[in-house]
Amino acid sequence: MATPYIGVPVQRREDLRFLTGAGNYTDDLTLPGQTHAVFVRSPHAHARIRSVKTAAAARAPGVVGIFTGEDVAAARINGLPCGWLIHGTDGQPMKEPAHPILAQGKVRHAGDPVAVVIAESLAQARDAAERVEVDYDLLPSVVDSVEALKPGAPLVHDDVAANRCYTWAIGDKAATDAAFASAAHVTTLEFQNNRLIPNPIEPRAVNATYSRADDSYTLHVSNQNPHVERLLMCAFVLGLPEHKVRVVAPDVGGGFGSKIYLYAEDVVLTWASKKVNRPIKWTAERSESFLTDAHGRDHHTRAQLALDRDGRFLALRVDTKANMGAYLSTFASAVPTILYATLLAGQYATPHIHCEVTAVFTNTAPVDAYRGAGRPEATYVVERIVEAAAREMKIDPAALRRRNFIRSFPYQTPVALLYDTGDYEATLDRAIEMADVAGFPARRAEAARRGKLRGLGYACYIEACGIAPSSVAGSLGARAGLFEAGEVRVHPTGKVTVFTGSHAHGQGHETTFAQVVADRLGISMDDVEIVHGDTSKVLFGMGTYGSRSLAVGGTAIVKALDKVVAKGRKIAAHLLEAAESDIEFADGQFRVAGTDRSKAFAEIALTAYVPHNFPHDKLEPGLNENAFYDPSNFTFPAGTYVCEVEVDPETGIVRIERFVAVDDFGNIINPMIVEGQVHGGLVQGLGQAMNECGIYDSGSGQLTTGTFLDYCMPRADDMPSFQVDTRSTPCTHNPLGVKGCGEAGAIGSPPALMNAITDALGVADFAMPATPQRVWATLQQAQRKQAA
Amino acid sequence: MYAFRYQTASSAADAASRLAAHEDAKLLAGGQTMIASMKLRLASPSDLIDLAGAADLRGITVDARGVTLGAMSRHAEVARSAEVQKALPVLAKLAGGIGDRMVRNMGTMGGSVANNDPAADYPAAVLGLNATVTTTTRSIAADDFFLGMYETALQPGEIITSISFPIPKRAAYMKFKNPASRYAMVGVLVAQLADGSVRVAVTGAGPVVFRVAAMEKALEASFTPAAVASIKVPADGLNADIHAQADYRAHLITVMAKRAVEAALA
Repeated sequence: MATPYIGVPVQRREDLRFLTGAGNYTDDLTLPGQTHAVFVRSPHAHARIRSVKTAAAARAPGVVGIFTGEDVAAARINGLPCGWLIHGTDGQPMKEPAHPILAQGKVRHAGDPVAVVIAESLAQARDAAERVEVDYDLLPSVVDSVEALKPGAPLVHDDVAANRCYTWAIGDKAATDAAFASAAHVTTLEFQNNRLIPNPIEPRAVNATYSRADDSYTLHVSNQNPHVERLLMCAFVLGLPEHKVRVVAPDVGGGFGSKIYLYAEDVVLTWASKKVNRPIKWTAERSESFLTDAHGRDHHTRAQLALDRDGRFLALRVDTKANMGAYLSTFASAVPTILYATLLAGQYATPHIHCEVTAVFTNTAPVDAYRGAGRPEATYVVERIVEAAAREMKIDPAALRRRNFIRSFPYQTPVALLYDTGDYEATLDRAIEMADVAGFPARRAEAARRGKLRGLGYACYIEACGIAPSSVAGSLGARAGLFEAGEVRVHPTGKVTVFTGSHAHGQGHETTFAQVVADRLGISMDDVEIVHGDTSKVLFGMGTYGSRSLAVGGTAIVKALDKVVAKGRKIAAHLLEAAESDIEFADGQFRVAGTDRSKAFAEIALTAYVPHNFPHDKLEPGLNENAFYDPSNFTFPAGTYVCEVEVDPETGIVRIERFVAVDDFGNIINPMIVEGQVHGGLVQGLGQAMNECGIYDSGSGQLTTGTFLDYCMPRADDMPSFQVDTRSTPCTHNPLGVKGCGEAGAIGSPPALMNAITDALGVADFAMPATPQRVWATLQQAQRKQAA
Repeated sequence: MYAFRYQTASSAADAASRLAAHEDAKLLAGGQTMIASMKLRLASPSDLIDLAGAADLRGITVDARGVTLGAMSRHAEVARSAEVQKALPVLAKLAGGIGDRMVRNMGTMGGSVANNDPAADYPAAVLGLNATVTTTTRSIAADDFFLGMYETALQPGEIITSISFPIPKRAAYMKFKNPASRYAMVGVLVAQLADGSVRVAVTGAGPVVFRVAAMEKALEASFTPAAVASIKVPADGLNADIHAQADYRAHLITVMAKRAVEAALA
């Protein structure tokens, strides 16, 4: 009966509906009386609004309602909140300028919403939106974080001096400075971590409806955490009673972080649905996604690594300017601080680290968490500078890393984190073996004979996942705890419905979680249904991001399962007339220890619902348990990636010839899903390093890369066939021993690729993305330097 | 997209008369640019006259003089035509490298040539192979057809009916794709024609397809990769964008020309 499910590559049960068009996405929903919204957006990066004239638009055919910033202000609707309060080095809280849901007074980035037009059909809403006349006074704009800090730079918010949101620091500056003073070698590098535009395949979509019958709202939205969306919208923006608002995030076609946040459109439609008393739908066009989805990364960083003469790391010093965009998105302030600077120890026992981060407002789309969120930026800094130091000191890059690995656990880093476990040597060894590093010199020589440049690069990454122990998060500024909730409802027939606060939008939770449940209860996976994404069904949820679903959401389910089994034992003891302490549960059977007397799980379930003679003082009917799980620590997935490239110096084209990823994700529930997550993460990371770059024009503030004609997404033919493997050390503080795998690929791959490319080109200073033009220009420059 | 009237033409003449009947009418010849422009509300024709049903605009003929393709030949048809593959493999290969599968199954040669996108592939074939463009009113030599960015010798109401390619001795097309759009960032078609003359046509690099006289002369003297390897094309007037500055495009013209010669000789 009991089939082991843990560690088995079960096919994803959700794929049937995704691949056969049976999925149910927000835009698929059309309600009776459906209307459609179109947003009038700022064509300018920065301007004062002189007037918004809507009379002509209001007369257009089919128009149901038009609302502007003035209407929003009159209704006393608050701005969008930021969920993480950072205090600066000056002790002051970060600057949190208002983020109105429709612009009031000023527009601050191209795409800032100014008005919403609601009509019977989408075409009518579009036609009417063209008749909304907005009179702007253009203002100079600034799009770059370093430029925005300079004296005289245009002010994005009139009351935020120097566009500085905060300057924050972590680590012991004096000790770091002292270590630098005694260093035998100092490596210095400047980095730009390029701005990324997420582009999930399903754009953001909202369908909001109001019911006069019971004064309630239902919001369908393509979102990664419906409960958080509801909480933020009800409590902080609209002031609606939470029990009158249902948020449903049905099938969601990818998020990568960009659908964590509460967006203006979600709130505008919810509010307006009561005003017009009709359901309102809005689905972003791809152009709107480019302009208004929260972007990722965009750091300027200067880093220095101090080493002794043997290559032991003495200290790391990092200064980062992080672009926040025009407004603080929901988690924006946490990304370049808590999720970034705390990861700067990497896999190394660097005794002293100091990092200062200045967050800056600019006339660009807000920047927030994007697959990896801070951890890719940290890993990029650490792994690029370690590789550069190895080359400068003429030490083998793998040997230099080995020399500095953390080897005893638990390990307290100088930047707040406590690593529970790991074996960095094991992943490095396996990666070196799989990548045939020993054969690299011969491959390089062979490539040289063909006129090609071959290079090899490493990245040994670490990340903090399982976000987050609430006490730690709270002490670091989180305005909410980051636990997760789960509920296990056993039906009378022994079938099980599990409600989880984790949301799935490509991760395969419906399979992985069902494997855990079936395995624990000793029942068939077919008897387990996983339900998520609906505040009216799931008791609570903090949602999916930060590779937390299995480690935190999965653990909450396990805790609820433990309660189910505990109650099952009570019922079994009653039925079998044995002491509860004598009941064992294994392979789906409750058994009196040492006897053949047992009851199957389904029998216990039925009894729970037809309890003819329960001792009511001791045993309630029913078998339904819920649990909340707040992790005691982060989890720390880690691994080694090795990348080998070949550069065509004539064209600048880089080909990734080999890519090896060896990860430590702790215990693995479904190796096929894990491998898929790694592949996806790698493509996203390599896409950042090779192709993608969100560019704003420094003069006009316009988004230059506003379509796929110019924003270069990675494609299958850009990628090699990945070689992946795992070396696991189980997490020590959750019952499944799992760490999380969703972001690793995107975290470790950019520095591995860039280290390989810089190795091929023979230069230290080369910024992402490695487009053919930039590779070619760098080679030209190197040639000219050599000639001179 | 704004509302418009959809019409179907049964022949080139029918299309011409329908076109003349409406001031803001446009032809639909595959729609791979037109439909996208309309969806973005950048184009708003009153009428769209679909040429897909015009039988006289279709068909591929191969004879001693060369290959003649109806203007409504889809890229995929050209790419997989056994006759074209045999008689003019360079054209079949070029057509098979346009856009993606969906674009190739909808887009047409006539549509592409009439639109004259500076990064389109077909203009390089028409100019490089010294083709003749036949319209509802006349025949136009390739050298006289492409006038500027999105600008051709076509007069209002004039419709391309077919394009005739003479068979060269040897030819090849090399495309350096824009990493994002996969359009030609630089595409070079090199052809040694039957009379021994050489044409080097470059698309993607400038505002309109153009020939490189210095390369043609060098290749007429010696049709070898080395003949063009050191010929530099001036960067002045070439396109410059985030993907390629003008000097990089100029450099790529030389590299792609050299590789096209190699491929033509292979």
